[in-house]
Amino acid sequence: MSARNWEVVIGIETHTQLATRSKIFSGASTAFGAAPNVQASAVDLALPGVLPVLNRGAVECAIKFGLSIGAEVAEKSVFARKNYFYPDLPKGYQISQFELPVVVGGGVRIQVGQGDKAYEKVVRLTRAHLEEDAGKSLHEDFHGKSGIDLNRAGTPLLEIVTEPDMCSSAEAVAYAKALHALVRWIGICDGNMQEGSFRCDANVSVRRPGEPLGTRREIKNLNSFRFLQQAIDYEIQWQIDTLEDGGKIQQATVLFDPDSGETRVMRTKEDAHDYRYFPDPDLLPLVISREWVERTKATLPELPEAKRQRFMEQLGLSAYDATALTASLEVADYFDAVVTAAGAANAKSAANWVMGELSARLNKEDKDIAASPVSAAQLAGLIARIADNTISNNIAKKVFEALWNGEDASADEIIEKQGLKQITDTGAIEKLVDEVLAANAANVAEYKAGKEKAFNALVGQVMKAAKGKANPQQVNDLLKAKLGG
Amino acid sequence: MSLTPEQVRRIAHLARIETSDAEVQTTLDHLNGIFSLIEEMQAVDTQGVAPMAHAQDLAQRLREDAVTESDRRAAFQAVAPETEAGLYLVPKVIE
Repeated sequence: MSARNWEVVIGIETHTQLATRSKIFSGASTAFGAAPNVQASAVDLALPGVLPVLNRGAVECAIKFGLSIGAEVAEKSVFARKNYFYPDLPKGYQISQFELPVVVGGGVRIQVGQGDKAYEKVVRLTRAHLEEDAGKSLHEDFHGKSGIDLNRAGTPLLEIVTEPDMCSSAEAVAYAKALHALVRWIGICDGNMQEGSFRCDANVSVRRPGEPLGTRREIKNLNSFRFLQQAIDYEIQWQIDTLEDGGKIQQATVLFDPDSGETRVMRTKEDAHDYRYFPDPDLLPLVISREWVERTKATLPELPEAKRQRFMEQLGLSAYDATALTASLEVADYFDAVVTAAGAANAKSAANWVMGELSARLNKEDKDIAASPVSAAQLAGLIARIADNTISNNIAKKVFEALWNGEDASADEIIEKQGLKQITDTGAIEKLVDEVLAANAANVAEYKAGKEKAFNALVGQVMKAAKGKANPQQVNDLLKAKLGG
Repeated sequence: MSLTPEQVRRIAHLARIETSDAEVQTTLDHLNGIFSLIEEMQAVDTQGVAPMAHAQDLAQRLREDAVTESDRRAAFQAVAPETEAGLYLVPKVIE
């Protein structure tokens, strides 16, 4: 059954763990991987008489995020208690923000698909709010009991909520990737999905075009882009099948099982939590001065959107190239370094090399661009030699190969050492052309009889004789001149 | 506005407080008393007054992002009912 005649509506909530040293309301460390409970302070354990004190660093992360997505950083926001009982939440409530969040509005630009089918859109954000993480429950092997580790309790989170603006798993993944790149770009989250630093919940519903929104189900805790895509695709199909079979969708929270590839109900609306939010009397309103916002703005790196615009306007790159090259700070920095060294005139060539040859090799060997064996300076040197006709594009691939394989040399040194310099001396090329014409009388006759293909065969012969080093344009011109004569 | 016994049971359940039928009735009376007090307050004209999130008109103080707590697990766990391998043990709860 297909998704024809159904519209899919997806909204995403993301919990990003903020890259602070200490917790949001206590001075305990947030370092990952410590022995159980050694980083759980009296505040994190909710011992009687303790009070939360807000971490300036966590607030600063929220300000940076708000600035980076063109949102409003609220002058005044309020912490609220979200009440529920679970053993990994010692207070019996989570400190979060409800009516007045710290970040309101904004949007994230996404690029979906590739090649001709690629398109862009902006996913609007509803809000982002500060809150504390819960601890961890371990359910195995404690004589029928659960073990509780509260090291994570009180770790600062920024929960980022979108409008229901996405309409496919591809868009959802594109959004999650763009957001992931952005929070790392501005340095507020390490983005480590395996360690749970970046977790997505997806709200999915389907409807007939033009009808009101369908009943949604929320898929919880997706910690990889692949699971996000698989879970949404399964959920969409399940909802469509259910509705087409005459069934109804019950509002529910579901979990994705990566082993079966299915989603299953965790709780329905009937037993949904009633969180009874109310302003936390232990915390005063968070007031963020405009001066603090301005000061923070000055510390931000050039943002992806600004860099993207600059790549298009100053370097003449296409929107597609500019978006791809600003997909992560590492890629953008590398590209910037190549262009700085090779010159803005070579920007398009630099873009092609970074997104083509380099990225293909990095993918193949599962390497990060920051660990690329070919440095930005080396690649710039290579590009400069293509630009000034010292080598052809084909020969350049050979030089790239040598650089990749750890020749700690410049492109110039490799060209020199391996004798790859392009032959541009007209006399030398002419000699080769004459030899080829003399030895291939049949091709010459065919060409003169009107067979264009015979010309290409002759070009190939000359290039072969030149070991690929003759300047292709000059070979063409000389052959044409001689054959035309 | 007044509450029903059913609503009182729901509130008690959310707070994980066990209540007998007799307690539900007493609690209902108490809560309804509080509601009538609230009704009196709601009669006050608050048009044009911004809602406050806190009784004091002050802003939250912030602390620097620095680790100031050291490991006190042994002391904290000395008063816990049951621990093992550094973990607090609780009755099994799986959602």
